Amino acid sequence: MNQMRLPFYLIIAALVLGGLGTAWARHQAMQIPFFPNETQSVWLVEARIDFFALGDSVQVSFDLPAGPPGFDIFTEQAASPGYGFSIVEHNGERRGEWTRREASGPQTLYYKAQFVAEPDTRDARARDDQAPRARDVYWEEPEATAANQLLEQALQTSSTPESLARELSKRLTSSDLDQNAELLLSSRSVASSLERLMNQAGVPARLSMGLYVEDARRRQALTPLVEIYSDDRWQAFNPVTGQQGIPENLVLWHQGSQAYLDVIGGRQSTVSFSMIRQTVPALELAKAQHSDSPFALLGVYRLSIEEQSMFKLLFLLPLGALVVVFMRVLVGIKTSGTFMPILIALAFLQTSLAPGLISFVSIVGLGLLLRSYLSHLNLLLVPRIATLVVLVIFLISILSLVGYQLGFNTGMTITFFPMIIIAWTIERMSILWEEEGPQEVVTQGGGSLIVAVLAYLLMQLPLSNHLTFNFPELNLVILALIMVMGQYTGYKLTELRRFHDMVDDAPDVPEEKRP
Amino acid sequence: MKWVSPWRLKRMGILGMNCRNREFIGRYNERERYPLVDDKLKTKLLAEDYGLAMPALRFVVSQQHEIGHIERKLYDFDGFVLKPAKGSGGKGILVITGRHGDKFVKASGAEIGIEDIRRHMTNTLAGLYSLSGQPDVVIVEDLIEFDDSFEGYSHEGVPDIRIVVFQGYPVMAMLRLATHASDGKANLHQGAVGVGLDIGSGRCLHAVQFAQKIKRHPDTDKPLNEIRIGDWRQLMILAARCYDMTGLGYIGTDIVLDKSRGPQLLELNARPGLSIQVANGEGLLPRLRHIEAMIRTHWKILPGYHKPLSNRPPHADAEDRVDYVIRTFGRHQ
Repeated sequence: MNQMRLPFYLIIAALVLGGLGTAWARHQAMQIPFFPNETQSVWLVEARIDFFALGDSVQVSFDLPAGPPGFDIFTEQAASPGYGFSIVEHNGERRGEWTRREASGPQTLYYKAQFVAEPDTRDARARDDQAPRARDVYWEEPEATAANQLLEQALQTSSTPESLARELSKRLTSSDLDQNAELLLSSRSVASSLERLMNQAGVPARLSMGLYVEDARRRQALTPLVEIYSDDRWQAFNPVTGQQGIPENLVLWHQGSQAYLDVIGGRQSTVSFSMIRQTVPALELAKAQHSDSPFALLGVYRLSIEEQSMFKLLFLLPLGALVVVFMRVLVGIKTSGTFMPILIALAFLQTSLAPGLISFVSIVGLGLLLRSYLSHLNLLLVPRIATLVVLVIFLISILSLVGYQLGFNTGMTITFFPMIIIAWTIERMSILWEEEGPQEVVTQGGGSLIVAVLAYLLMQLPLSNHLTFNFPELNLVILALIMVMGQYTGYKLTELRRFHDMVDDAPDVPEEKRP
Repeated sequence: MKWVSPWRLKRMGILGMNCRNREFIGRYNERERYPLVDDKLKTKLLAEDYGLAMPALRFVVSQQHEIGHIERKLYDFDGFVLKPAKGSGGKGILVITGRHGDKFVKASGAEIGIEDIRRHMTNTLAGLYSLSGQPDVVIVEDLIEFDDSFEGYSHEGVPDIRIVVFQGYPVMAMLRLATHASDGKANLHQGAVGVGLDIGSGRCLHAVQFAQKIKRHPDTDKPLNEIRIGDWRQLMILAARCYDMTGLGYIGTDIVLDKSRGPQLLELNARPGLSIQVANGEGLLPRLRHIEAMIRTHWKILPGYHKPLSNRPPHADAEDRVDYVIRTFGRHQ
């Protein structure tokens, strides 16, 4: 026996691990939530571009974030009446371009995007193919001297590009600026000065723009950042605070030296940002974000809605089968027809419980009445069941029409009951009635209904709906459970009752000595 | 509601449904041999080959058109039994004990007409009583004449003896007596009396109705502990030989005693129920495990093999197996 058990348990373990492992991998890769109604917060950022059009053709080019570290773009759209809009990608840069043949007076353009925080991608930035080189910097006197001196002092107190940047930003932002710093800052911003000084020191550096996202802020501006290239990657610096790296709440909007806003045919252009925090269903997010992932092939999201809803029911069936196996093998409830309860439970899913129960019992009850008349007609078996099928269809139609006339919408859903199965159930119950009496009919019918209701209760749980549909591989775990129960040789719950009286008789005390 | 702990049941050696299905029926009954017992016509023909005593087959009705003029054949007999060949649990068995004019008299005394018999046959042919509704044939066979020793012990129906035979060894026996409550049927859960029989002598050990211990027949008030089945060894041998005939390792044999012809095999069951344990007040498991162990020690496991060479019973003759069982499990010698 042991020789047989080992492969069996290996299969069970493989099924469980395979099911759970695939589910976990898909959860990780596609961010499909394990629980329904799980939400994730997204930042809705609105960029508003204002300018004054000069009455001629207008072209506005605005830098859009391209895969900002730490964030993913969930949706984006531009709203600007009268303008044509397109997104142009070039050299890894994305720019939104608004165009109009003719415009004059104040103009407002909007760009909206939803950002999802993706903490994992904060450090993983696309690397450049080749290491960038520091650009040549030209200063005019007397700035050149001031810059040289400032750099020299900073170099003495630093060892790495990062520490150099820190030293420089300290000197450029301290409360009592020395003369050199003051001179440089008289014509340039801190960020621009820092960028030039770093390049002069031979460290590749560039200016970037970031947006701090905070809930319900309006009229925010982009914050200038300096990125320096060190250790084979770009590192961001906030020149004012000296903070290194990209904070959690900063969306890197624009990188490089090109201006982030170009307006041709307009003047006095300004950009301001407003943002709010929103919550969206995590599942929607996962579907939209990862539809191209190889793991998406395992899901059914790509099918049409109609096919998806069919799969939704299909993937619930193993759960019902599990309930039937449990109730029959471990509990020992008698049902009429092995898997009939699952089909009834599926019908309950459409009709909801109370109306479903009432209509099922009334259809089967009426069917039994009709069947008792049929038994006098001495029909052959197959025609008799076919007669029942037709009668059941009439019964269901009449019940649903009556229900509809009485104003119960649910009346119509009775048609979801599997007619053939109901006809067979009526036939079996009727034979059972004749042979074993009404008690057995109540036992088996009641058993079937109990199992059906339990299966229904389990299948209508939002959690089980969500899990079986989004992680169909979890059905492997259900399969393993069913197979394990197939090995059970212990007593059923009902047997503990069945053999109870036997145990009472069992004591070996002779009859005479009992009180 | 009263319950018993599973450990207590296990200590008592009670065989549960799951254990029976997996470890005995699943392991010892080969699927391909099931038709030999599920189809009573096959059993009957096979029993003739093996010389096992069964009620004689009169004729078989297999076509619907034969039913139209069936009365010509039936009026030749006084009493007969109609059976579906693939029926289960005693369903569809019609016992006609005699005739009263044009009417046929059922075992219960009720009279039915030829039309009722025709309908019964039609239903049987259509598969109403067969295991999964498949088309069936009607067997018409001889009526058993009951042995007088059961006088007063059975209400209407047939007192039959169920013996569970494991690997050719009859391991437990009970006598089923129909009662008024069971409506003449011999199923314990319908209210028939189950009398546990000593496997060594055929004497009453214990009797139950509705799982409660009783001492007297509920309808006739006859004391049940006086029951002793005659021809016991012969009856056991008949049961044991059913194994040689079918090759099924775990079967229930239903045997009746005929007044003149002795023990007659009524039918075989490849999925015998568990209530025999209730009737005996004893679990089956210790006896089944004993037989398993006995066979295993007889056919020693050779080094390098994980199974014994054979799991055939060491006693090739049914008589030897019966004697072994009487020696080993019998109470009264």
